[in-house]
Amino acid sequence: MLTFTCPYCGVTACEAELSPGGEAHLKRFGPGSTDEQFEDYLFLRPNVKGVHFERWRHAMGCGKWFLAARDTATLEVFGTYKAQTTEPPADIVAAIRAKRPDWSLT
Amino acid sequence: MSTRLSTGGRLIDRSRKIAFTFNGKRLTGHPGDTLASALLASGQTIMGRSFKYHRPRGVVASGAEEPNALVNLGQGKTHEPNQRATTTELFDGLTATSQNHWPSLEWDIGEVNALLPRFLPAGFYYKTFIHPRAFWKHVFEPFIRQSAGLGKAPDPKQTDPDRYEHFYAHTDVVIAGGGIAGLQAALEAGRAGAKVILCEQTAHWGGRAPVDGVEIDGKPAEDWINDTVQVLEGMENVHLRLRTMVAGVYDHGYILAYERVADHAPAADTPRHRLWRIRTARVIAATGALERPLSFPGNDKPGVMLASAMRDYITNWGVSPGDRTVVVTNNDDAYRTALAIKAAGLDVPCIVDAREEADGPLVQEARARGIRVLTGMGIANVKGLRGVVAVQLCRQAGEGAVVEDIVCDAVAMSGGWSPVVHLWSHCGGKLTWDKAGAFFRPDHDRPPTDQTGEGFVVCAGAADGALHATDCLSNASTSARNMLVSMGKPAPEAEVAKATAAHEAPLAPIWVMPQGAGPKKRSKMWLDFQNDVKVSDVQLAAREGYESVEHTKRYTTLGMATDQGKLSNINGLAVLADALGEDIPRVGTTTFRPPYTPISMGAIAGEARGEIFQPLRRTPLHDWHVDHNAYMEPVGHWRRAYCYPQKGESHRDAVNREIDATRGGLGLLDASTLGKIIVKGPDAGRFMDMLYTNMMSSLKPGKCRYGLMCSENGFLMDDGVVARIDEDTFLCHTTTGGADRIHAHMEDWLQCEWWDWKVYTANVTEQWAQIGVVGPKSRAVLEKLGTDMDLSNAALPFMGWTAGKVGGFDMRIFRIAFAGELSFEVSVPASQGRALWDALHEAGQEFGVTAYGTEAMHVMRAEKGFIMIGDETDGTVIPQDLGLDWAISKKKEDYLGKRAQERSHMTDPTRWKLVGLETLDGSVIPDGSYAVAEGVNANGQGMTQGRVTSTYYSPTLKRGIAMGLVLNGPDRMGEVIEFNTTKKPAKGETPKTVKAKIVSPVFYDPEGEKQNV
Repeated sequence: MLTFTCPYCGVTACEAELSPGGEAHLKRFGPGSTDEQFEDYLFLRPNVKGVHFERWRHAMGCGKWFLAARDTATLEVFGTYKAQTTEPPADIVAAIRAKRPDWSLT
Repeated sequence: MSTRLSTGGRLIDRSRKIAFTFNGKRLTGHPGDTLASALLASGQTIMGRSFKYHRPRGVVASGAEEPNALVNLGQGKTHEPNQRATTTELFDGLTATSQNHWPSLEWDIGEVNALLPRFLPAGFYYKTFIHPRAFWKHVFEPFIRQSAGLGKAPDPKQTDPDRYEHFYAHTDVVIAGGGIAGLQAALEAGRAGAKVILCEQTAHWGGRAPVDGVEIDGKPAEDWINDTVQVLEGMENVHLRLRTMVAGVYDHGYILAYERVADHAPAADTPRHRLWRIRTARVIAATGALERPLSFPGNDKPGVMLASAMRDYITNWGVSPGDRTVVVTNNDDAYRTALAIKAAGLDVPCIVDAREEADGPLVQEARARGIRVLTGMGIANVKGLRGVVAVQLCRQAGEGAVVEDIVCDAVAMSGGWSPVVHLWSHCGGKLTWDKAGAFFRPDHDRPPTDQTGEGFVVCAGAADGALHATDCLSNASTSARNMLVSMGKPAPEAEVAKATAAHEAPLAPIWVMPQGAGPKKRSKMWLDFQNDVKVSDVQLAAREGYESVEHTKRYTTLGMATDQGKLSNINGLAVLADALGEDIPRVGTTTFRPPYTPISMGAIAGEARGEIFQPLRRTPLHDWHVDHNAYMEPVGHWRRAYCYPQKGESHRDAVNREIDATRGGLGLLDASTLGKIIVKGPDAGRFMDMLYTNMMSSLKPGKCRYGLMCSENGFLMDDGVVARIDEDTFLCHTTTGGADRIHAHMEDWLQCEWWDWKVYTANVTEQWAQIGVVGPKSRAVLEKLGTDMDLSNAALPFMGWTAGKVGGFDMRIFRIAFAGELSFEVSVPASQGRALWDALHEAGQEFGVTAYGTEAMHVMRAEKGFIMIGDETDGTVIPQDLGLDWAISKKKEDYLGKRAQERSHMTDPTRWKLVGLETLDGSVIPDGSYAVAEGVNANGQGMTQGRVTSTYYSPTLKRGIAMGLVLNGPDRMGEVIEFNTTKKPAKGETPKTVKAKIVSPVFYDPEGEKQNV
């Protein structure tokens, strides 16, 4: 039962009021893309052990989707942020680097 | 034979007697007894039968770790199987029966299994599954089925009369375990001002210290315990809870605790069990340690007991497990048992110590009391069938040649202690092997971490490996203080009480006794008492290639019983490590999973049962349906009327009547559950074009259009009619079950992909009551009520909508038709729904108005060949499979699912496609039938060429109709194919099939003349 703080309403919510949405920051490929691009977009997930950016919806709360940076092995949450971005914001990246000096956003 | 001693028993009240029954026999005990202590006091040493071999078993432990003494508790409605006698507090009128035996506990026919262990070796199940095939079905399965299972399952027809509840709590610190370590930790945390919940699984504070003769600050431990509990009770920030077991530690400090509120007082007006759902910043696991059995031949016989349990029975409950007890050990602690037995005036013929030397203070004291101490020795055999009559001694270092017989009626064994690291491990804490103590203890460098990355569980006292009382208190204090600093609540300076107990010399790790025992002896050394796993089984598994401890566990069933290997785990993996020639830490442990001990299903369910099992959604017309004898069916959280049977009608009769009435005159459907989502904003049209496969932006205000929604994976996920309210606003109707999901889907794309589009959505499903007014008389009834709208076909044609007044109600009217008749879906604010429904019924009398339910709706849509999400679709079906190409825009560059539908598998011409099916004999094809094809596949199964998706009796056509997906179906019109049926063929006959002709899926009014009037 993970807990995240919703960056919209500020509520610290547990999984009972959240619904998961898989990996964050996927670039959508639609018509005109190659089979490889589309497969990669729709199915291929690195399933990392370590720092992971992921989507959550505060489904039983304010209803907003938000993004979280979390370590899948230690369950540490480096931060949550609004979903309207294509990459993690600088403060989140800094928070991760502070705890995981070897980590880089590839 | 076990009996009640004339004195002693710190937990019992000898002044009172309470009565209970065991297997129908009337027995008595004292308040404070457990069922196990009371049974032992009554001379009942056999308490159960083992799982596989039905061996007679006595109690081996005194607490939660007990593997043998499992009983059926209660009768009738309160019957509950597999209850541990050791954790069942005795109460007046308790009834218990023993388990897993036939015909009686004392004489069990299945005991013959014990003579055949050669045929029930490790991996028995897996082996018999495979070879020889016929044996499984005719020999093994009937045999196993008869002997499988321990307790008797509760009667499914009886309802548990007890009450259960959930409690929610938020706190700083949860402390699991109310022994001296837990109490000390609570003192520190309490003084630091932290909010503390201290849970103890038994009914008493203090744990083992009083039994083990520990002194604290020069006084008996009990004094310090009482004082400390009093201090803690005075702290407002500390909450103490007895009979509460911390069952599991989960992510980010989520804790489940199980409180047995009224198990000891069944008549009390309280819930029986309470499940605590706690969020905490930190957990202190002061869970103590469990004693390990020793693996010697015959160690499972009734009368063989853990040394610590034996002194518990003597000291806590004044019960003598036997008159002459042999103590067998590899450590000093078990000498305390010998001394306790002596002090109770009973005999200890000898202490068998596997160590070559033993000379600690406790050993010296035992010698001084005149007890014979034999070092370097082991037990070669335990004599006796249903109890102990003697033990045969041998050299520990040898192969088991008997050097002496000792007459005795009980054996106390100790193989050392293992810290209870379960709670540390539940959420990922790692362990390290302590060579000196021969146990796993928490690896402080690798704790389970919380959302901040900090460790949030610490172990305190024996659970941290500080087994000796002297270290236990100071360890608990230090562990708690360090933890409090880490959470920014340092504890004030305070002196830690000093615990003292006799010094103990190191133990010798002994995993098999005697060390060089041959196969015959090893097959009598039990590791897992409940599941009957022996040393020989683990060794066999290793020989057969099971190197991983997790695989060995599953192959042998070691540790898979209800006690989850509390006694057998370390011994088993030590034996495995030895067989593999590996170090114990390299072999590692199996995973510790919650709950620590079984918790009741009632506690898990809490209040969520019966009427309030889950929230129900009721439409504004719900009461009318109930009043009119509707048969209600669940659709998501909604309850919908399936049909309205009249007196003497079957459901089928009712459905047919409702359809005839609707097609012949006027039917009314409560369609309020239909999803209604508003999509609004300057970019709403653009967004709608991405959501739906067809063009929605071109829809004119005042018009409706049927649309399909696909997932990004191309599969059809929902359908419904969209009405354009105005330039900026669309009203999307979704399926009943899909409303919330589709709304979430819309929000996902709006918030996460196209966040710059100016669109809002709102799920207004519950704001509107919606009624389908259906049938040739539908226009007439609306006009009769009086309206300011022109409802003629010219002014409001099919797939148009308008708003105005009917019978004084403000409403929207949609000319949409799921039944294929002239029909109007009318929509009013939810509060007006019932009044409108009543008005329609009143006005509709002359037209034969009939309410119809969901089944009639389903049949009528099938007659029209309309698809139903969930019938024609199953998550693998694309619109193209259903002949819905007309609803897929060729013009649009993009929509959700478009790219996916271009994949080779989606464009494969051999995908099964939707057709109608008409049985030649007019019967109804069974639901779920497949169309059979020639030949067999690689597994010898018959080939298929299609399947039925919807199948009904059509009262309109007076025959069975069906829709299905069939290979090249649309190109095979008129062809007859065969579907399998569930009819069992007579012997020698081929399975029955039903012949059906491939036809158009539109069975009724293909030109739409009925709806377009």
